[in-house]
Amino acid sequence: MAQHSSIHGVVADFASPDTLLDAVKAARAQGYTRMEAYTPFPIHGIDEAMGAKPSILGYIVLCGSATGFTTAVLLQWWTGTIAYPLVISGKPLFAFEFGFPVMFELTVLLSAFAAVFGMLGLNGLPRLSHPIFNYSGVAGSSDDRFLLVIEASDKKFDANATKDFLASLGAEKLEVVEA
Amino acid sequence: MADLAFDPKAVEQLSPPLVTGKPSLHEVTEAVSIHTELETHRNWYIALAISGSVTLLLGSMLAYLISTGIGVWGNNNPVGWGWDITNFVFWIGIGHAGTLISAILFLFRQKWRTSINRFAEAMTLFAVACAGIYPLVHVGRPWRAYWLFPIPNADLAMWQNFRSPLLWDVFAVSTYATVSALFWYVGLIPDLAIIRDRATTKLRHTIYGIASLGWRGSATHWKNYEKAYMILAGLSTPLVLSVHTIVSFDFAVSIIPGWHTTIFPPYFVAGAIFSGFAMVITLMVIARWVFKVEHLVTMTHLENMNKVILATGTIVGYAYATEFFIAWYSGNEYERFTFINRAMGPYAWAYWSMVSCNVISPQFFWFKKLRTNIPFMFVLSIFVNIGMWFERFVIIATSLHRDFLPSSWGYFRPTIVDILTFFGTFGLFITLFVFFTRFLPIIAVSEVKGMMIQTEHEKHYLPATTAGSPESVKAH
Repeated sequence: MAQHSSIHGVVADFASPDTLLDAVKAARAQGYTRMEAYTPFPIHGIDEAMGAKPSILGYIVLCGSATGFTTAVLLQWWTGTIAYPLVISGKPLFAFEFGFPVMFELTVLLSAFAAVFGMLGLNGLPRLSHPIFNYSGVAGSSDDRFLLVIEASDKKFDANATKDFLASLGAEKLEVVEA
Repeated sequence: MADLAFDPKAVEQLSPPLVTGKPSLHEVTEAVSIHTELETHRNWYIALAISGSVTLLLGSMLAYLISTGIGVWGNNNPVGWGWDITNFVFWIGIGHAGTLISAILFLFRQKWRTSINRFAEAMTLFAVACAGIYPLVHVGRPWRAYWLFPIPNADLAMWQNFRSPLLWDVFAVSTYATVSALFWYVGLIPDLAIIRDRATTKLRHTIYGIASLGWRGSATHWKNYEKAYMILAGLSTPLVLSVHTIVSFDFAVSIIPGWHTTIFPPYFVAGAIFSGFAMVITLMVIARWVFKVEHLVTMTHLENMNKVILATGTIVGYAYATEFFIAWYSGNEYERFTFINRAMGPYAWAYWSMVSCNVISPQFFWFKKLRTNIPFMFVLSIFVNIGMWFERFVIIATSLHRDFLPSSWGYFRPTIVDILTFFGTFGLFITLFVFFTRFLPIIAVSEVKGMMIQTEHEKHYLPATTAGSPESVKAH
């Protein structure tokens, strides 16, 4: 198929999550691979239907947790025993018992940062402009419409054929959007 | 049994509706967004003028305190911690309900949290902001407050004492404030995008567009988003339990009679949840009426929260009894004296106010009639808040005011600055709410929609007569 460099893809506008999910499955069965759904809330089962891999965010957060914990241990050990050793109430200069609250809090803090910024990073946000915003009915996708976009980068993509195919799946509105 | 399951009324009773009147998805968007879009109501300005003036009072009290010194408060020997720490613990405790609703109930898959979590999380943030003021100014020289953190600096030339629970508290409270803010903001992103998409002016579109970071609601977005939300909930759950635990360590790790007890961490956490839910009820009863979202924040929500108040209130009552038992059983004369003095000494009035508000009043919620009565729950929630304030005051004042030697006995009296500062924090709390309810969606729209669809799918498996038509939630 010809490359449509100026086209982002075809948007199909569905009225319910169920019709969208059926459409995704049908599009996959038809051999389309590069598609994206835009919905007002997460639709369960859509990732599997689209063949998307599970999120890797958990691993990013694990790195955050490890960093937080290590930082807290080193911080308390180094300040207490090397940088400023001072015996207070006969307590040891460093111990895991009294160090635990700070270790816990820093682990949580850095994990939370990793979760939020990792999520934004994986989603490519902040990004204020995107071709989907060229679709005339995009506002519906945060309200009560369920969009399926088959992207022009898909090998099987052909503006007219793809449009006809999506129409056959019960899309109530179809539009080719510019990149 | 089968008949029970297939009787629509019985099904309704077993799982009362979380959204009443079967609104469409669009109607939900409309109901939640509209208050940010209408022209500013005259009443909003009136509310802002009142709460803003009280906030100014707070500002001037703090300015007076900082420019004069801590002596303008009533704290003095022997009561070195007075209203400041009382109010700090009071406000921090209020915040706990927000995190409980947003994190713990999320992990337990409690669907009823969706309508109230945004509001409760906002309450957490604003309460923590009010709480943070106290330790900050109580250090005496707030411009040196960065000394609390392990930041290398030339003027201090030493490091913090990590063996002190007060330093743990610095980490706990600042982590709590940060993570609560992140959690709240992450929850807001998709809803800010809704307001952006509905914007009619360029300026509005730009502001909400930037605030929503360009959220598109794509399947990829939601996939990572849901994961992040789940992880944040998993992190916040132990966090919220740790915060009040560590706050209680400020007392429990000391060797003051009445403070040095192992029951403090669970007892403080239960008390925090108790007071926080009471505050959510106080605010939510007003907000659902003002913003006309009674169909989204239903009686089921209010009743469930009242059940939590009953449960945690009973735990708190049990903790009071345990404290007295242990004071007697320990055989420690100072411990025994402190508790007898607490109930019958010069602060007996405060102690018995606390018991009536915290132990007796929530027991009325055993009766369904009372826990579904809006004026009653409103009044009761205020009683609980008063009681929980007294709890912290009683713990602090009664243990400190009679030291080991009768020569260092005293009685704490707040000054007018104490009183006006505390009054002022309510102004700040309400001012932040006034702004929040004007510019942000007060209900997590995308979560409510997801919950509606999910509930409808579950009903799908029942016979058609009970399920209603599955089309009923289809968008119009």
